[in-house]
Amino acid sequence: MPREEIKPWLRTRFFPHIWCPGCGHGIILHAILRSLVDLGKTREETVIASGIGCSSRMPGYINANTVHTTHGRSLAFATGIKLAKPELTVIDVMGDGDCTAIGGNHFIHACRRNIDITAIVMNNNIYGITGGQASPTTPVGARATTAPYGAIDTPFDICRLAEGAGASYVARATIAQPVLCEQYIKKAIQKKGFSVVEIITHCHTQFGRKNKRPNPVDNLIFFKENSIPKAKAKEMTEEEKKGKIVIGEFVDREGLEYTEAYLKLIERVRG
Amino acid sequence: MSERFEIRFAGSGGQGVILAAVVTGEAAALYENVYAVQSQAYGPEARGGASKSEVVVSHDVIDYPKATRPDLQVILTQKACEEYAHDTKKGGTIILDDFYVSDPPQVDADIYMLPIVRTAKEKLGKEMVTNMVALGATARILELANVIRPDSVKKAILARVPKGTEKLNEQAFEEGYSMMKEKK
Amino acid sequence: MPKKLAFWQGNMAVAMGGIAAGCRFFGGYPITPSSEIAEVMAEELPKINGRFIQMEDEIGGIAATIGASIAGYKAMTATSGPGFSLKQENLGLAYMAEIPIVVIDVMRGGPSTGLPTRVSQQDVMQARWGTHGDHGTIAYAPSSVQECFELTIDAFNMAERFRQPVLVMSDEVIGHMREKVVIPEPGSYPIVDRKRPKVSPEEFVPYLADPADDVPAMASFGDGYRWHVTGLTHNDYGFPTNEPEEIGKKHLRLVRKVERFRDEIVKYDLEQTEGAEILVVSYGCVARSAVRAVREARAKGIRVGHFRPITLWPFPDKELIQAAGQAKKVIVPELNCGQMISEVKIALGCKAEIIPSNLVNGEILRPHEILATIEEVA
Repeated sequence: MPREEIKPWLRTRFFPHIWCPGCGHGIILHAILRSLVDLGKTREETVIASGIGCSSRMPGYINANTVHTTHGRSLAFATGIKLAKPELTVIDVMGDGDCTAIGGNHFIHACRRNIDITAIVMNNNIYGITGGQASPTTPVGARATTAPYGAIDTPFDICRLAEGAGASYVARATIAQPVLCEQYIKKAIQKKGFSVVEIITHCHTQFGRKNKRPNPVDNLIFFKENSIPKAKAKEMTEEEKKGKIVIGEFVDREGLEYTEAYLKLIERVRG
Repeated sequence: MSERFEIRFAGSGGQGVILAAVVTGEAAALYENVYAVQSQAYGPEARGGASKSEVVVSHDVIDYPKATRPDLQVILTQKACEEYAHDTKKGGTIILDDFYVSDPPQVDADIYMLPIVRTAKEKLGKEMVTNMVALGATARILELANVIRPDSVKKAILARVPKGTEKLNEQAFEEGYSMMKEKK
Repeated sequence: MPKKLAFWQGNMAVAMGGIAAGCRFFGGYPITPSSEIAEVMAEELPKINGRFIQMEDEIGGIAATIGASIAGYKAMTATSGPGFSLKQENLGLAYMAEIPIVVIDVMRGGPSTGLPTRVSQQDVMQARWGTHGDHGTIAYAPSSVQECFELTIDAFNMAERFRQPVLVMSDEVIGHMREKVVIPEPGSYPIVDRKRPKVSPEEFVPYLADPADDVPAMASFGDGYRWHVTGLTHNDYGFPTNEPEEIGKKHLRLVRKVERFRDEIVKYDLEQTEGAEILVVSYGCVARSAVRAVREARAKGIRVGHFRPITLWPFPDKELIQAAGQAKKVIVPELNCGQMISEVKIALGCKAEIIPSNLVNGEILRPHEILATIEEVA
């Protein structure tokens, strides 16, 4: 059950939600709302943006300024909002396909621009809402409706992608560690710059059924058993890390934030 | 001036033919309050090779924005001469640079070979002001055709050029104006 | 008092017209022949505390523009050819979510990369039907640099009034040529701002339209109202719906809000249409050649007139019928293989013979070419 303080942040008028019973997205929604409440954010100053997909329906359920845009493009919309009103707290919630396939270009450029937006990528390794097609994070060998013989292409490591493209804060956790998720989301929101929190979640309906994890609990157990902290991963060989989920904070750095740079430019131009 | 007076500047990239047309347009539109439309070729054809820019000046609203049969052409290279001189209006005027244009065209127009580039390079020491010398010569023709006054062209030049270069550009303009006046 | 004069490119005038209308945000991507608009905005907007951003692609350019409008800014983007194609999906989102923006398309030759530096009028149907789904369309076609300035102001006013994208369909000739502009004094032309909610945030229903004009009041992110924006078909609360009644209501309103006020939106221009036996219908840069051809033909004693739609959409059909009068022949010169001619045919039906005159070689139709067509049919 959700905590009492977060209830004003839910648009109960929009319920029931579209997610399958046992879906991991609810755990992430709750972690986001706990973070916002604990950080003392108001609903009026908070913007939640999204693209298309199961996870992208989340803003509809949040009683703030919410915008459900086109597939892959949410970060570009969020960039416009943030540049127009830098005082707003802008969070962009995305799925793995939305973020790294159709929205890949916007994602790397938001990282590069280092604009003060928090991207929360819910990675369930599959396109859920369209019926279980392979995504850029579907593991090699995993089955999907468009990879009936198993995926053959190498998946993206979203955190390394974000790090290489210039994000200021990058972290990963799974829904089996909800407290860690909350901790990372809070740090990401507080970070001045572009932040990425990848949260490994599951789609038991579309991914699990084809890949021997058909129940929500199977997935939670899988995440618990296969998550390894960053420090431990350092001591492991590539072979040992295969199939494991490395969790932790990968980037935490200071850099010139885009809207600050733009406001400085205005000052300079206006003298 | 007849209903419309068409001017074309043609040469190669870097000779400033576009700026020459823009300044002529500004002289007309901003300093004399007559109508003017300037246009130019863009893209691959504007880089290297023959480059051109046109300006149409009229006391009436200008409909078709490009030159159809230019009343005046100012041509600064042989290649541009071969490409553009032929469609000068019958009885119109062609000003050619005597350094780069070796072979004057056989067309029914008043043709003047003027030391435009040489004056810029040798007398003024800066080939960059070629277009300003050309504008001076142009201004004389425009004066005789009752299109716009030379003073307006000069004002437009001074409003356009970078600070500190006004004197050089004005001198270039005067040189061009006098060399044309000597002939016509 | 001396009027303020400028000698501007069409693209410059579009940018300055946008600023005069209150535009304070530009999101864009470089593309020929519209890039000068972005360049002017990059230089001018910071001076007036506005925002310019060069995005990673055309899609991002319109997305950021829509985002800024949601946050309360008057915002615009500009593009051409392939870029206009790329923007179509998010243009649809702005129609569906009823977000006011202005999109400038400086038409060049297509399809595909086509002719980046050469003129065409090949995007006029894409302007109407480019994004999937139905919606009302407002699109202007300037014929002069002065109109680039003035119609961009109109475009912002209409976008704000009807809460939807409005298009300015410029072209390479008009966009790149320099011409005198008389800059009106600020305050001498009307400026329209979007309707703001009159109720408290608790009572605010974001898509509840005012029956008087079918347009809902719009709050901005950050001004105390909380609302949901979505490209899904939604009900008055902005919530996605699958209820046929709610779907129909929303959808029909998107078309109706423009149709109802069509007479106030439509703009056109006439040249010697009285007693014309032949009518020439053209727009944008071609209209300049056509008007000259008509004047020359009149001087030769041919009874010919010219009708210029300034709004391509809504198409001024009633006004065209009026102007055509008893004309038995109607010539439609266009820099495409015949696009707006279908609207002329719909308006005039079998009352006149409709004659196309098309040019798709990257050049503008010249006055003598149109004159030749007039003389041929006279």
